[in-house]
Amino acid sequence: MTAGDGPSRTGFLSAVPARAWSRAERLNPALRWPAAGLFTVTETSGAIGDGFRDWWGRQPGGMRWLVYLLLILVALVLPSDSIGSFMSPDSDWATLLFFPIGGYILLAIGLNVVVGQAGLLDLGYVAFFAIGGYTMAVLGTKAGLDFWEILFLGVMVSALSGILLGAPTLRLRGDYLAIVTLGFGEIVRITAQNTNAIGGPNGIAGIPHPPNLTDWAVPDGFPFSSLGLSGIQPFQYGALDAHPYYYVMLLVIIVAIIFVKRLEYSRVGRAWASIREDEDAAELMGVPTFKFKLAAFAIGAAIGGAVGVVYAAQAVSLTPANFPFILSATILAAVVLGGSGNLPGVMLGAFLVAWIPERIRFLAEYRILIFGGVLVVLMIFRPEGLLPSRQRKAELAEGTGGMGALGAEVGGSSMDAARMAQ
Amino acid sequence: VHSFIDQFWPSTVDGLALGSIYALVALGYTMVYGVLRLINFAHSEIFMIGTMAVIGALNVIGVPSLYSGFSLIGVALLLTVVGGVASGASAVLLELVAYRPLRRRGASRLAALISAIGASIFLQQLFARLVIPKAFHLPKEKGALPVDKHFVQRTNVVSIGDFIVSNDKLILFLGAILMMVALDQFVNRTRLGRGIRATAQDPETAVLMGVNIDRIVIATFAIGGAMAGVAAALYMVRFEETSYNVGFLLGIKAFTAAVLGGIGNLRGALVGGITLGLVEMYGSSIFGSQWQHVVAFSVLILVLMFRPTGILGESLQQARA
Repeated sequence: MTAGDGPSRTGFLSAVPARAWSRAERLNPALRWPAAGLFTVTETSGAIGDGFRDWWGRQPGGMRWLVYLLLILVALVLPSDSIGSFMSPDSDWATLLFFPIGGYILLAIGLNVVVGQAGLLDLGYVAFFAIGGYTMAVLGTKAGLDFWEILFLGVMVSALSGILLGAPTLRLRGDYLAIVTLGFGEIVRITAQNTNAIGGPNGIAGIPHPPNLTDWAVPDGFPFSSLGLSGIQPFQYGALDAHPYYYVMLLVIIVAIIFVKRLEYSRVGRAWASIREDEDAAELMGVPTFKFKLAAFAIGAAIGGAVGVVYAAQAVSLTPANFPFILSATILAAVVLGGSGNLPGVMLGAFLVAWIPERIRFLAEYRILIFGGVLVVLMIFRPEGLLPSRQRKAELAEGTGGMGALGAEVGGSSMDAARMAQ
Repeated sequence: VHSFIDQFWPSTVDGLALGSIYALVALGYTMVYGVLRLINFAHSEIFMIGTMAVIGALNVIGVPSLYSGFSLIGVALLLTVVGGVASGASAVLLELVAYRPLRRRGASRLAALISAIGASIFLQQLFARLVIPKAFHLPKEKGALPVDKHFVQRTNVVSIGDFIVSNDKLILFLGAILMMVALDQFVNRTRLGRGIRATAQDPETAVLMGVNIDRIVIATFAIGGAMAGVAAALYMVRFEETSYNVGFLLGIKAFTAAVLGGIGNLRGALVGGITLGLVEMYGSSIFGSQWQHVVAFSVLILVLMFRPTGILGESLQQARA
């Protein structure tokens, strides 16, 4: 990647007002001013994304490692009270960071493999989350295994379930796959609800916490005390403090990012991209599409399962109601909102989707209403997502990226191909 | 299996009644999908709005005594008109607010899907938090509870041994068939219907031939929405109860029905809806009603494994065939 097609290396923000206005100008006069404001926000986020990407492309390896290190450092001190007092005045910040924020981010990373990279629409992703959670619950209460063993097993079990679902259904194209995955999600939830061996509608209670590693505590004094982190025991998994669980989630997230990122730059990632862009062409060029689609499903499922295991380890009890369809939809919204296919974008999207409803808790009963409205507005003003992948952005600029009334579509080219094949 | 044989006729009648509702709602999914290739996730809320309009209309005309016989037919007719208008209008509004701006910008189908999901969440909450408490004078926290209105006096119209059809089910079934036939004729014989088929088949060529796509899209949403409104009225005749999330499961099922029959195919919606309704009722008589939904989705997966584009295949464009 080289410093590329951005408008200029410095002052990349200077073009924002003009571009925002030129977009708003095309709208109805009554809407023009509010729209201009919104476009300014979306254009700015895009320009910062682009500017950062250009800068990133020019950096040598050492600098990149420094940034990675810094990011991890930030993530480590993130659950401190001083940050929490701003980010979530109404509820415990560390708990929030563990779930939904951390959980959604990891789920979005997993779903992004399926949707963003391989281009398979999965509307039942919550099923794998549930399978991971129930694996932890059943093995933890009945088999007496400990968390770390179950984490491994849970990942395996959910990957296997991904293969079991995918093997018969991945020959389906586009939206047929979407409804089948949706059905699978509901099958898993209702089956859990109807099976008394795993607690039926009451679910499973008494899920063990992970074993304590050490009783080391964060020492007093600078900088920990000013951050409000001192005295926390990050390796003692109790019932009250969410910090240790957040660190487990963070660890899994980091591992998942490395894993997914390595895949993206490998033969597998290129195969996924080719399947996403044009499945028939990929097949003709010798890509074993079915195998790679199955791999995407299995890997996405494995990550979803990992979230389930970690979540169950903190939650003590699970019920089928923890895994509704709307969670699948929310995670999908996170992926698309952030910028399908682009990992930082997807994580940003997941963060926003998890955080906004919590931050506006003071609006009480209207928060979900506003959340729904925000989704629509964001999609209208930034359909490519907040931090889109370069490719997606280029497609949109060409005007070939969509479901337009003229039916020109790239994302759904599989449907067109299916029609042409008839 | 014994219970299946014992329950065969009652399940068949219930299955046909349920299937008729699925089929009518599935029409909305299938038409929008045929024209825009978009899963209109908020269609379930269009249905919900229809049921609310029906309750509103019943509150206005009042229920001096339970309706049956011809007075029930009259009331049902009125309610289908009210439901159809309310749902059709809200479907058009939905397209103007949530989908048209995205189409203008050439957004991806995925973005449109998220906009649809957002609109669905928004509408559900709007009704639960504001509209239901205000319109039906309920305390605010009651908005999320079911609202009901009894107005049907049930009598058995046909009764041959086990084969018993009550008046509400008969109205439901006949109403659905009537609407399906009318829509089929409309799409196949009128100018607007031809425009819809042309757009579904090849939008670019349709534009070149002078079809006004925006008008076609509006018409598609209006018709699909109106069908959901009719379904809502018939649903209320049968069940007399609704809530802010009544559309959720029904919407998923109707979409399943559309896919089962072959999405984009109007007759497929009928076939898929009836099939799904029967399968659910037979399935729950065999395995117990708690497995009803599992049976439905399992059958969907099985059918798609062997017929990847549904029972009749996808073809709004070839509706004449």
